[in-house]
Amino acid sequence: MAKKFRTDGKPVKVSGAKDLPPMQASLGLMTHNKTGSWRNVKPVINYEKCINCFVCWKFCPEPAIKIEDEKPVVDYDYCKGCMMCAEECPVDAIDMEEEGK
Amino acid sequence: MKKTMMGNFAASWGAQLSRAQVIAAYPITPQTLIVEKLSEIVADGKLDAEFIKVESEHSAMSACIGASATGARAYTATSAQGLALMHEMLHWAALGRLPIVMANVNRAMAPGWSIWADQNDSLSQRDTGWMQIYASSAQDILDSTMLAYKVSEQVLLPTFISFDAFFLSHTVEVVDMPEQEEIDKFLPPFNPEYKMDVKDPRSFGALTDQQYYYEFRYKMQNAMDEAVDVIKEAGKEYEEITGRRYDLVQPYKCEDADLILVTSGTIAETTNVAVDRLREQGKKVGNLKIRVIRPYPKTDILKTVEGAEKIAVIDRNISNGYHGIFSQELKGALYNETDIPVWGLIAGLGGRDVKVEDIIEMADKTLESDSPQDIRWEGVKR
Repeated sequence: MAKKFRTDGKPVKVSGAKDLPPMQASLGLMTHNKTGSWRNVKPVINYEKCINCFVCWKFCPEPAIKIEDEKPVVDYDYCKGCMMCAEECPVDAIDMEEEGK
Repeated sequence: MKKTMMGNFAASWGAQLSRAQVIAAYPITPQTLIVEKLSEIVADGKLDAEFIKVESEHSAMSACIGASATGARAYTATSAQGLALMHEMLHWAALGRLPIVMANVNRAMAPGWSIWADQNDSLSQRDTGWMQIYASSAQDILDSTMLAYKVSEQVLLPTFISFDAFFLSHTVEVVDMPEQEEIDKFLPPFNPEYKMDVKDPRSFGALTDQQYYYEFRYKMQNAMDEAVDVIKEAGKEYEEITGRRYDLVQPYKCEDADLILVTSGTIAETTNVAVDRLREQGKKVGNLKIRVIRPYPKTDILKTVEGAEKIAVIDRNISNGYHGIFSQELKGALYNETDIPVWGLIAGLGGRDVKVEDIIEMADKTLESDSPQDIRWEGVKR
């Protein structure tokens, strides 16, 4: 293989085995897969209560909580609604709202 | 330099000479001494490696997988129930194409609880995609460790080296230790094209849909096929350094043999002695030791048995409901190729001793018999 195989987040297009690396390496970078559509409940941060401790950012398993302008912001493209942030928030500043209302 | 050592320590020194960088292991009789010695070697600063103590064999293999994925040379050792607990991760290592090397001391599966020699543990892992070596002496264990890394890192498949509990793991033999300098030339540092690297971030082993999973299995098969030649090449190169030649099979007096006994592990060494005694009685018997069962050495086997009138496979293992595993594999290889009759003999399960006299008796019974048998229980108390 002349060039190292990469997909850079795009869906895979190869003609066959000869184009693939020996192992599944970087075929499955999932940024193109917007997992936010799996969500049943949606975390909404109440910035009046938020103390900017970033516990939500630390615990988010995705990670779907980003830091913007020194505040935690939910990335709804990838948040699956696991509620871990709401559970861990020490000041109960995250409300879970039902999706599709 | 010649040293006397137990089979287990030959495995430890094999890992040291190979300059393993990460060792993760959980103790289990009769493997414990291998990693005990390695922890000593690492603690004494004789080997620059991370020694990771883990809570199970599943974790030991997982740690090796992580280490190997970053491009480190990873080593572990286990036995029987420990190997069984690794099962899931054995698949992960092989399909992840990670050249991990492991020692497995062949021990009977429980229950009844047993710590003695039997190949059912390793042969239960036949289809995981690991290359499997069956060593028959302490020297074989030591040399096979370096050879395993050499081959594994070229074809990107893991290898385990199996050897019989106590008959080999705890028996002292004379072993010729190669010089570190020579091994360093033979086995340069591992530097894989694809590895976990923060400068080249990628995911490994993520979701692979129906369009591409199939192709990875196909590529793995190609790697196994390629490994046959790579094992031979590595064997030749190793012979130039040490004078010792290793191949997938080791035939002994097979050229003119009427009956070829097919063996593996320590039974192979015992059979060589039996063959000499049978030859003294004028009986043309040979011994074909299968050293590597994955990849399967079909071509070498066919070449060796050509001209023989009978074949008897001695299996220290059993696939209950069918036959001995080496025997069914051999019959599969011969089908469509020759019509030499094959006897399948089961012997030595659970570490029962198989002596020279027992093998002579097995050979005599086969020489006298006209009807091949799929399964003959040698020495069973009915």
